[in-house]
Order: sequence, then C-alpha cells, then structure tokens
Amino acid sequence: MTTGTELPPPNLPGGVGQLPEVHLDPQMLRQLAEAQVNVELDTGDMILNLGPQHPATHGTLRLVVRLDGERVIAADPVIGYMHRGYEKLTEYRTYPQITTLINRIDWLSSFANEVPFIAGAEMLMGIEAPPRAQYIRTILTELSRIATFLLFLGEMGLQVGAITPAFYGFRDREYVLNLIEAVTGGRFHPNFNRIGGLKDDLPWGWNSDTRTTMRKVLESCDEFENLVVGNPIFEQRTRSIGIIPADLGAAYGVSGSNIRASGVDWDLRRDGNPHLPYNEIEWKVWTHPDGDSFARYWVRLQETRESARMVLQLIDQMPSGPIMSKVPRIIKVPEGEVWVNTENPLGEMGYYIVSKGATGPFRVKIRSASFSNVSILPWMLRGVYVPDIITILASLYFILGDIDR
Amino acid sequence: MPGAEVEATESSVAEATASTIVESGALDDAATQMLARLEAELGDAIVEHGATYGDVVVRVRPDAWRRTATFCKEELGCDYLSFVSAIDWMPTPAIVDEGSGDTSTPAQPKETTYGVAGSGGRFQVFAIVASTRGAHQRVVLKTDLDDAQPHIESWVPVYPGADWHERETWEMFGIVFDGHPALRHLYLPFEFEGHPLRKDYPLLAREVKPWPGLVDVEPMPGEDSDDTDAAAVEAS
Repeated sequence: MTTGTELPPPNLPGGVGQLPEVHLDPQMLRQLAEAQVNVELDTGDMILNLGPQHPATHGTLRLVVRLDGERVIAADPVIGYMHRGYEKLTEYRTYPQITTLINRIDWLSSFANEVPFIAGAEMLMGIEAPPRAQYIRTILTELSRIATFLLFLGEMGLQVGAITPAFYGFRDREYVLNLIEAVTGGRFHPNFNRIGGLKDDLPWGWNSDTRTTMRKVLESCDEFENLVVGNPIFEQRTRSIGIIPADLGAAYGVSGSNIRASGVDWDLRRDGNPHLPYNEIEWKVWTHPDGDSFARYWVRLQETRESARMVLQLIDQMPSGPIMSKVPRIIKVPEGEVWVNTENPLGEMGYYIVSKGATGPFRVKIRSASFSNVSILPWMLRGVYVPDIITILASLYFILGDIDR
Repeated sequence: MPGAEVEATESSVAEATASTIVESGALDDAATQMLARLEAELGDAIVEHGATYGDVVVRVRPDAWRRTATFCKEELGCDYLSFVSAIDWMPTPAIVDEGSGDTSTPAQPKETTYGVAGSGGRFQVFAIVASTRGAHQRVVLKTDLDDAQPHIESWVPVYPGADWHERETWEMFGIVFDGHPALRHLYLPFEFEGHPLRKDYPLLAREVKPWPGLVDVEPMPGEDSDDTDAAAVEAS
C-alpha cells in the first residue's frame, strides 16, 4: 500500500519537516518515522491482571503484573482464593480424621502428603510401621511422584506452545494413577495410611502390573527427552529464563527439584530423617548447575526415571510380613512436639505437630512446598518478558492447594 | 496371597527392620556441636534449650531474635528457611459439654502447659532453619512475645523468604513483625477482622451446626434405655 509523495512532515530530530539531504523511499521514511514515534512515545506502566484462572496456575493464582511495554517491572502474586484453613481444622479433629484433610493439600500427590504426618504421629506414639508397610509407603510415594512429574513433563511443553507432550503426559499418568487406584481405591485422595501401618496390602498381581508400567514410564521418559528436551524451540523458550541463584533460592525456602536445578545437592529422601527405607536401594540425586527453566525440566525428567527405577528395586526387595503394627484402639498421642519433613514431589513438605496428650493435635504447622517456591516469584519475574511469565510459572510447578492450604 | 510374588529372604527382612525410631531427648554429635556454637555465640540470650526427636530446640530472648537468624545463616550455614510461624499456648476452649457424649472434637487439657524448651507466655513465634549443604543440620528456634501486644523483629532482611510467612503469621495470630516491608493480608480478604489461628477465635462452622457425623448415630443395641422396639418384642 503506497501512499504517494504527499507525506506529512515527519517528526525527526532537527525540527519538523527538516529532512536530511538524502533521497529516501517514502514508504521507508514513514516506517522510520513510526519507529521514532514508538521510541519517543511515553508508554506509561500498564497493570496486567493474570488469573485467577489460568491453565498455568493449577488452580487460582492471580498475578498482578506491572508492565513497561513487554517487560515486567513488578509482579505481585495474590493468593488465598483456595484457603481452607487446614491448620485451624486440624485442631478440631482426631489424628485419623486429619489424613483426610491433608490429602487435599497437594492433590496431585496426596499419598506423599499423608506420610510425614502419619510418621510424626507414629514417632510421638513410639510406634513403628512394619517393614512391608514402609516399603509399600515408599512405592506409593514414588508412584505419586511419577504421576505428578509426568503431568509436569507434558504440561510444561503445553505452556511453551507444544501440545503433543501434554497428551503423552496425561496418557502415561493415567497408567500410574490406575496403579494407585488399584491399591488404595482412590485416584486422587487415597487416605490409605493408618497410624502404625496401612489400610490394606497390595492386591493380587499388582507387582507385575507395576513392573510393566514402570518400563512404560521409562520409555516415555525417553520419548519426552527426544520430543521436548531436544527441541530447539523449547530450548530457546526455557534456556536462561527464570534463573534462581542457589543461595537466594535457599533463603526464600525454595526446595525440591527447583533448588536441585540450581545445583544444590540436597534431597530429603537421602539427607532427611529416615522415615522410609530409601537407604536400602540404589539411587542417585540429580542436580543441574544452570538454575533456569530448562534445568528444572531436565531435573524432573531425570527424577521421574530415577523414581521408576526405585519402584522396580523396591518391588524386588519387598519383605513379606504384616502391614499393621499393634496400635491402641483409641489413638491418643502423648505430649510432645515433633517436626517431620519429607521430600514431596513439589519440595519439602513438613508438619510440626504439637501434641498435649489428647486424641487430636494441639497445633499443626503445615509447611507446604509450593508456598515457599512461589514466594520467590516477585523477585524472579522482575525484568522478564510477558510470555516468559508463563514459562516460569510452569517450570516452578506448584499446586494451588499446596500454596493456600 | 499378597506377598506371594516377592522372594524375600530372611536376611533382607532383618535388614529392613533396622529401627528408625529416634529417642525423644537424644541428640547426635553434629546437633550437640551446633548447640554448643549457638550457646557460645548467643550466651545468655538463650533462655532455654531442649531436644525433640533429634532436633535442637532453642528458645531465645525476643531482642536476640534477628541476631539469632543472622548467626544461623552466616555462621552455622543454615542458609535455608523452612518456615516462620507461631503457637498460641492458651488452652483450647471446650466447645462441647463434658459428659454429653459428643466426641466430635478432641478434648484438650484445660491447664496451660508449654512444649519443648518452654514458653514465657501465651504467644510464641517459632521457625525452622536448615542447611542445604554439608551435614544438612537444622534447628528449631523459638521466642516469647508480649501477650497484650505481640510484636517481634522481622526476619525479612536476613531471609527474604520470611516475607510471606510473616504476613501469614500476622493475619492468623495478630503478631506484628517490626521492620517487615508490607504487612498485608495474604490469605484472608482485606476487610477480615480477627485472627483465626488464635485459640479464642471460634471455629464458626462448628458453632452454628453440630458435627454432621453426630446426627445420624444410631444407638448401639442394648445401649439406649428407652428402647421401644425391644420392649415391644418382649411384650409380644
């Protein structure tokens, strides 16, 4: 669309209409003028409201972002849309009733939430779950980790514009959820742990099913590696985006795969209190030195593989025997305090239980992983471009129930 | 036959039963060493210390709260902030009448008792810091607050992650953190009144409606005195 020679005088430095003495194509001149206007135009800050409903937020996280053009000046996460007051509710419930509540904190890996609380109550009571129960707990914790991470591996691709990995992720997660459902009867909220052991033993034929599925998971990890990690577009969108420095991340309380992707060799399965028999199998803690979104994806991919290998080993080594130890009929927990934290799929999950010798706890402080992982967002998002917000949110991988409790 | 596929030998079972229970008051060498360093640095700022299942619990004077954090981060290598929160040691008010048979709410003791390392009053702020390196040690820190106007130094200058934890503690317990950049509501609506995690704040859901599990409880056979059905059976 040419406009002829009758152009309005362009607003160039040196005065209006003072054209430089060079011959310029009118079309090009207009473009030049527009570019100049863009630079000189005072673009005021814009406030962008992201959420509370966005697929990248796994619930209802709202981000109030102050933008200068495409760049973020400040970001303020607004949380609390799903706050259910679990810390108050635990004070009005008995210990066995509380497992139902804490299932719903991080609903993608509910089984892993139950374990530290039950372990804390068991420590206070001086009860120990039988070895077989501990093995089954470990297997189910790792299965929920695999299910959670498979969703991440697929969904992270989706957030940067690739839809195929999402289908693979959901498909493979379904196999793992079927395994959890076969044991516990619940896909999302198993409520399977009891103080002193487990509700039931493994069903007939479950071990061979699990072996098959774990091989499938290992194959699908290779698939993700080829499809996503090796993809140049994915690398461009994630490399050096959203870097968490190791020391700052630790001071913010960032834990789990997020901090391991910043090169911190710290895994509560290995370094925490031994609630579960992780020291009886061969496995490795994966770290990545970069600390960017790509590193977080890569670490979770390796950890999914590692978990599948762990499950295979645990099944091979599983002892026989009872799944419940002797527990009094009415559960009264002696007076005391205990801090139990475990490596949840999303990071450090802990319960500080204060008991006064009643059937219910006096106070339970629930330390959830996503809360601290997300609290670094205002720092991380400063200076990034708008599309990278989504990449960063997806790569941090949080569950709103785990933030809001 | 659930365990049939597993070929578990006797030895592997014996290995797996190795005890994981930690004695309540015992501390290992690393924890004892850390406690000694804390005592050497803070001196009489430490009011009391204790141990719970292998964790060191140190209760410091309120004026040394931030100094403790700085020391833990800079010298002890506890670079990781797990959380900051609070406890209200006031006894839980009973919401059900005693002897009414309502077991929906666990009956808590009526007298005030304090936990590990004690407390100087009703409100206590406590936090856990840990190390992501080396021996991965951790320590539970507690400090006492004024009952009427609870306030304490903020940890945000030391651990930036304390920001959200302190905002949560502020709105849930009404504890003011001096020097916090912006004590705003985190979870609750802006116009919310009261501090829900204080013990004297009632759980309104239980106040307005009885525990639903209680409504449809049928009496056990022979338990109820005016069992008309049984009387009718006997009469016929």
